[in-house]
Amino acid sequence: MSPKPPLLAVENLRVEFPTRRGTLVAVHDVSFAIAPGEVLGVVGESGAGKSLTGSAIIGLLDPPGRIAAGTVVLDGKRIDNLPYEAMRRIRGREIGAIFQDPLTSLNPLYTVGRQIVETIRTHLDMSEAEARARAVALLEEVGIPAAARRIDHYPHQFSGGMRQRVVIALALAAKPRLIIADEPTTALDVSIQAQIIQLLKRLCQDHGTAVLLVTHDMGVIAETADRVAVMYAGRIVEIGPVADVIHRPQHPYTVGLMGSIPSIVDERERLTQIDGSMPRLTAVPPGCPFNPRCPRAFDRCRSERPELLPAGATEAACWLHAMVPA
Amino acid sequence: MTARSPKPAGGKGDDLLQLADVARYFDVSPPWLNRVLERKPRVLLKAVDGVSLTIYRGETLGLVGESGCGKSTVARLIVGLYAPTRGTIRYEGAVLAGEGAAAADAGAQRRARRSMQMIFQDPYASLNPRWRVEDIVAEPIRVQEGDVAKAAVDARVGALLEQVGLAPADGIKYPHQFSGGQRQRISIARALAVNPEFLVCDEPTSALDVSVQAQVLNLMRELQQRLGLTYLFISHNLAVVHHIADRVGVMYLGRVVELAPTRRLFTQPQHPYTRMLLDAVPDLSLTGKSRTAVAGEVPNPLDPPPGCAFHPRCPLANDRCRSEVPQLRAVAVGGEAACHAAEEGRLPERVVALA
Repeated sequence: MSPKPPLLAVENLRVEFPTRRGTLVAVHDVSFAIAPGEVLGVVGESGAGKSLTGSAIIGLLDPPGRIAAGTVVLDGKRIDNLPYEAMRRIRGREIGAIFQDPLTSLNPLYTVGRQIVETIRTHLDMSEAEARARAVALLEEVGIPAAARRIDHYPHQFSGGMRQRVVIALALAAKPRLIIADEPTTALDVSIQAQIIQLLKRLCQDHGTAVLLVTHDMGVIAETADRVAVMYAGRIVEIGPVADVIHRPQHPYTVGLMGSIPSIVDERERLTQIDGSMPRLTAVPPGCPFNPRCPRAFDRCRSERPELLPAGATEAACWLHAMVPA
Repeated sequence: MTARSPKPAGGKGDDLLQLADVARYFDVSPPWLNRVLERKPRVLLKAVDGVSLTIYRGETLGLVGESGCGKSTVARLIVGLYAPTRGTIRYEGAVLAGEGAAAADAGAQRRARRSMQMIFQDPYASLNPRWRVEDIVAEPIRVQEGDVAKAAVDARVGALLEQVGLAPADGIKYPHQFSGGQRQRISIARALAVNPEFLVCDEPTSALDVSVQAQVLNLMRELQQRLGLTYLFISHNLAVVHHIADRVGVMYLGRVVELAPTRRLFTQPQHPYTRMLLDAVPDLSLTGKSRTAVAGEVPNPLDPPPGCAFHPRCPLANDRCRSEVPQLRAVAVGGEAACHAAEEGRLPERVVALA
């Protein structure tokens, strides 16, 4: 797809939560790569493991969650087994993070300027004055009017959309090469959402920053991502170029998911319905985790778990695409 | 809507609910002592400021708008959780709330309240976690019909649970044993318990995943067809409203700015705010294209701009828009819009960017 070596390579990532009733596997054998400047979308419903995948990459899993297997390689360096301090230097410097709720990502007791300056000076060798000038430039770049004055305001003095812009400025402060954006627009109104998405796209093009965009909103993925990974019950069930996954999905789950999204252009009497709900982590069925809800399941799906197989222009973890039917 | 079952076109006589110039202000003034000592003024938040609309029997009226536009306040006014500051709410001709409510027939008011139920956004907060599902669903029956034999209530609860796609045996479980979509089904069963005609649904699918949202939307439409229900469907999600509603009202800062049949609203929007919202919606057909972002944000509702509240963000605003509040007026393509530009014919042809 891309001749460039990947910026981020995740191989066979497995995230586990040891509990009294046994170990829950929340992310199962997840592998993907992101090229420099690429936007990879990760979609899935609540509990599919998409946010945990992001948290595992930046080393922010809440205990007792832990990476039980697999590797995360950033620009040739393995980062999943680094000690806490070394990982702290990578967060912010190499990998920026944007979370859903801009109010919880900002410290309410400090001005936004102080928070951005602190981030810049933690990671880059700059004087206070240089860092402040850069902070103003960043706020201007993310579209905050009167940035030189607004820099001394506190987070509560900004509206939701403006706050998310501050968070983006904060994530970009140390010029990271990868941004992990976890539901960056979910808390925002639709007109503000469009502004933030455009901003994120433009900044990534200008700076060549790669983005791992985690969201449940297929519409946001459609207009932002280059490729998309669909997760279900902790696994990637389909991954491929965004237009192919959306318009020519190959995995029955993706087909159902796309059909269940209402649209402002087409008129349908009924939405496609996937009966049932995603299994709990304590009761993931054997074989393909989607088989109890799958309209096309057959015997093999109930006993054997499919790996990602080439399917159309994408890859899908589904026995329907096995070259030699068993 | 070609694929949809024919609905009464809104002829005379099948009005179910009417709002006439309904307003609701909230007093958000500083405490009395601060007002006296620091001479701070009284502050009124005009959450809903003069909404007039009619809901016809058997239809689904969608109400959309961004956070703080007053759409949930309209829902709460209708079901009686708030009293209107101004205006009148009528249900089947009987004055429910507002001017003239005290003089109205109490029996008719009680019947109207009974035939109206509400479904809330958060199925985690709207079900009592300490009650069994059977008691949750039975509560409206016990409250509204008084002494009903337990066997009769149990039979009705079982039938209600089946109607929403759950099993009668689920009645002995507690809400935490259900997923979000199943809990919303329980909320719907509870709302249907007293055989209402009219359901006020405030963001009923916003807390749900898309595949579960599809299940709930399909269920709501089936129930409407089977039981002849009327819905007021409030959502910030335009695609959901497009799917479910027969007519749609768009709200901005406490007022309805456009009200029209669904297809007309989505294909020929007549208010610049509606156009802006439609352009901002991400759609699956947009892969690779970028939507036109809209400048600006919703103004502070404590200090709304004079004239048309949308004028600071509107590309068509002129002096009249800055001084005179536009009223909802019928427009040539059908429906109503509150826009001076639409009235004066200054509205440009809309370039439809969608494929």
